[in-house]
Amino acid sequence: MQQTTVRNFEKICEILERYERNPAKLVPILQAVQAEYRYLPKEALAYVATSLGLPPSRVFGVATFYAHFALEPKGKYVIHVCDGTACHVKNSEGLVKAIRKKLGLSKEKNTTDDLLFTLETVSCIGACGLAPVLMINDAVHGQMTPDACATVIDKILEEEKEA
Amino acid sequence: MNNTMQDTQNTMWIDNREVPIEGERNVLEVARKAGIDIPTFCYHSDLSVYGACRLCLVDIDGRGVNASCSVTPEPGMRVKTNTKQVRDIRKISIELLLANHDMNCPTCVRSATCRLRELAERMGIEKLRYKPVHTPRAIDRSAHSLVRDPNKCVLCGDCVRACHEVQGVGAIDFAFRGADSAVMPAFCHNLDAVECVHCGLCATVCPTGALTPKPEIDAVWADLDNPQKVVVAQMAPAVRVGLGEYFGMAAGAVTTGQAVAALKAVGFDKVYDTSFTADMTVLEESEEFLNRLNTGGTLPLFTSCCPAWVKYVEQYHHQLLPHLSSCKSPQQMFGAVARKVLPKHLPLEEKELVVVSVMPCTAKKFEAKQEKFNKDGKPEVDHVITTAELGLMLRQVGLQLQNLEPESFDRPLGFKSGAGVLFGVSGGVTEAVLRYVVEKVQGKPLEQVDFHQVRGEAGLREAVVKVNDTEVRLAIVQGLANVEAVTKQIRDGVCPYHLVEVMACPGGCVCGAGQPHSFNPAARRERTKAIYDHDRTMDFHKAQDNPELAAVYAEHYGEAGGHAAHQALHTDYQHRRRLHELDLTVTDSDQEDKVQVRVCVGTTCFLNGSQELLRKLVHYVERTGLQDRVEINATFCMENCGQSPNVRVGNTHIEHCTFDTARDALTQALNPDISSGFAVSP
Repeated sequence: MQQTTVRNFEKICEILERYERNPAKLVPILQAVQAEYRYLPKEALAYVATSLGLPPSRVFGVATFYAHFALEPKGKYVIHVCDGTACHVKNSEGLVKAIRKKLGLSKEKNTTDDLLFTLETVSCIGACGLAPVLMINDAVHGQMTPDACATVIDKILEEEKEA
Repeated sequence: MNNTMQDTQNTMWIDNREVPIEGERNVLEVARKAGIDIPTFCYHSDLSVYGACRLCLVDIDGRGVNASCSVTPEPGMRVKTNTKQVRDIRKISIELLLANHDMNCPTCVRSATCRLRELAERMGIEKLRYKPVHTPRAIDRSAHSLVRDPNKCVLCGDCVRACHEVQGVGAIDFAFRGADSAVMPAFCHNLDAVECVHCGLCATVCPTGALTPKPEIDAVWADLDNPQKVVVAQMAPAVRVGLGEYFGMAAGAVTTGQAVAALKAVGFDKVYDTSFTADMTVLEESEEFLNRLNTGGTLPLFTSCCPAWVKYVEQYHHQLLPHLSSCKSPQQMFGAVARKVLPKHLPLEEKELVVVSVMPCTAKKFEAKQEKFNKDGKPEVDHVITTAELGLMLRQVGLQLQNLEPESFDRPLGFKSGAGVLFGVSGGVTEAVLRYVVEKVQGKPLEQVDFHQVRGEAGLREAVVKVNDTEVRLAIVQGLANVEAVTKQIRDGVCPYHLVEVMACPGGCVCGAGQPHSFNPAARRERTKAIYDHDRTMDFHKAQDNPELAAVYAEHYGEAGGHAAHQALHTDYQHRRRLHELDLTVTDSDQEDKVQVRVCVGTTCFLNGSQELLRKLVHYVERTGLQDRVEINATFCMENCGQSPNVRVGNTHIEHCTFDTARDALTQALNPDISSGFAVSP
């Protein structure tokens, strides 16, 4: 499991302060914590629950309800392949297959062992004109092909190597 | 909606019958008043309206099909509860639930009282039209009190709301989503690893067998079958007004003599009454109360009979532990007294004695298993069975309670006053204590033993009793969430009470989770009335008048509240952590001989600045380049909240820790050869 770092911990405290430890702000707090860790470690959930005076079961319930929240570590680069109607008919499935093949992922395994990539499908990101479309973190890549997927991933791998 | 005609009449129409609206919160309650039992899983009058199960649907003129639990009655409203559409929707809901149900009804303890089974029958469902999709999930048997079987859950959420709203605990909640939805403790933990207080209210409100009291019948049979053992029973006050319902008698039927006969019939050697030690509790607790009152001790005094309440204080209000009466509960006092008195009295060898409790309660199962009541491997109380389990044992031998000739309790531990019987209801402990305290302070026999001002049904009741010139101010709480108003007053230094009685279950022990399952809303009132009636028929009403109790004191314990009594009949309390195995590692190192620093960030330490302390320690370790040699963890509760903030450096525990003391301890741990008192330079 990914370790909490000093920076993470400070950040959680900061997030809690920012939302004035208000239990009604649980969802934005969890979003912010997830932005920090890229997932929600249960230790962090427990800490948030204690700080907000909520039962941990309730915080766990909220964290497991929303698809956005992850309780397992996600990769540094989260690839969201759109599988809305428009993208689906434009072969989004082919993109998923290509990315899985490229990264050695499968239906059951969504994150690479080096915690660099996570592959997820989403139902429409509202860019149907660019179908088939995918997002890597905040960057949108439109009119993708299976080959283009591999190229984009190679580029990221290249950058990571240099860094 | 056209309601101009009826506006002034304040009535509505249900299935073409005019029904008055008399402050009902929703259409469902109006319909029930009219004698129509609208089916529902998730509606419970003590809980908030949830509207999830969609069984209480009715057709409202002008509005269409609505959940009747969620619609406020309005004058002139026209409601049909039995249209084809409504029937069809209800039936499909049940069919869909059954398609995802584990259907092991013959082996389910709730099959006779299961709402799902009953409704399937009522809807005339004869075969399953939908393909079963149930995949088995693990059953949680970790707790001593309850069994959680997610395979039988219908997701009505009654348990979630009961735990959260009535008890203020929230040990369980919904998790995951859609087809994966489940009710469970946080992080998929088991019940024994979370803050569950074992009150069993979840099991009381559960319409199916998803949450049930954990049975101990087999262990009891094993001891009853063993010729080397002498098995004695103690029966709690509430059992005598609950057991009858298990055999179809009216709610509140008093079956004391038959319950004794039942225990004898299944093979118990002696049958005693927990009311005897409830009388004893009255003496001990009253003396403790008077002592605190006269010497300026910690007030208000909290009662300590309810183990769910005790665990609640231990978990959430460690700073209030000194308020808890040090008296053991009547169950545990009985165990201690039986082991002291019976070997000589019966006589028998100490190791032959097996003590079994019959309790209306699931938390008592947890209480009896605690380490502190289990010295040298011998528990004070060996087994705890519920009222319903006793009913089942009787049925296992093929007997009906109604057909048994009443028998008497054995003496001396079966003789009690009405005070000891009152322990079964909310307000009863207070009243029993008053009967002692007022008489003792006034120095003359108490004529009027009933204290009606402490009786009632509200979740938090106040009463003032004048004793000579002093006003004794009392609070009676049922439902743990209601106690928060009092704890806040204490924290703010404005608590007016001298004595606070708390019982987790609304209604007190007579409505405990171990009582036979009942959907009868009048049961609470009837059982309570039965206890008060029972008290009225007794020879003695005051614990201090119990001659057998006086004899036991004289022979074994001396004065009530004295040294010997204190040794045997009192206990102490501990802080309990709510979260297990959830330390947050802030800095880590791969080195083997690293020093582990654990900073408590549980609620109290947190409030006392442990977060800042943690921050400073982390910066110190970074600044001095010790990252490789030190691992810092944030941990949840070291169960020492009175001395917060708590820090552990290696094996050294530091109370009231400051940055300086933590730094010195760390230096010491890193350099065992040099004396402490200065920091290492980077």
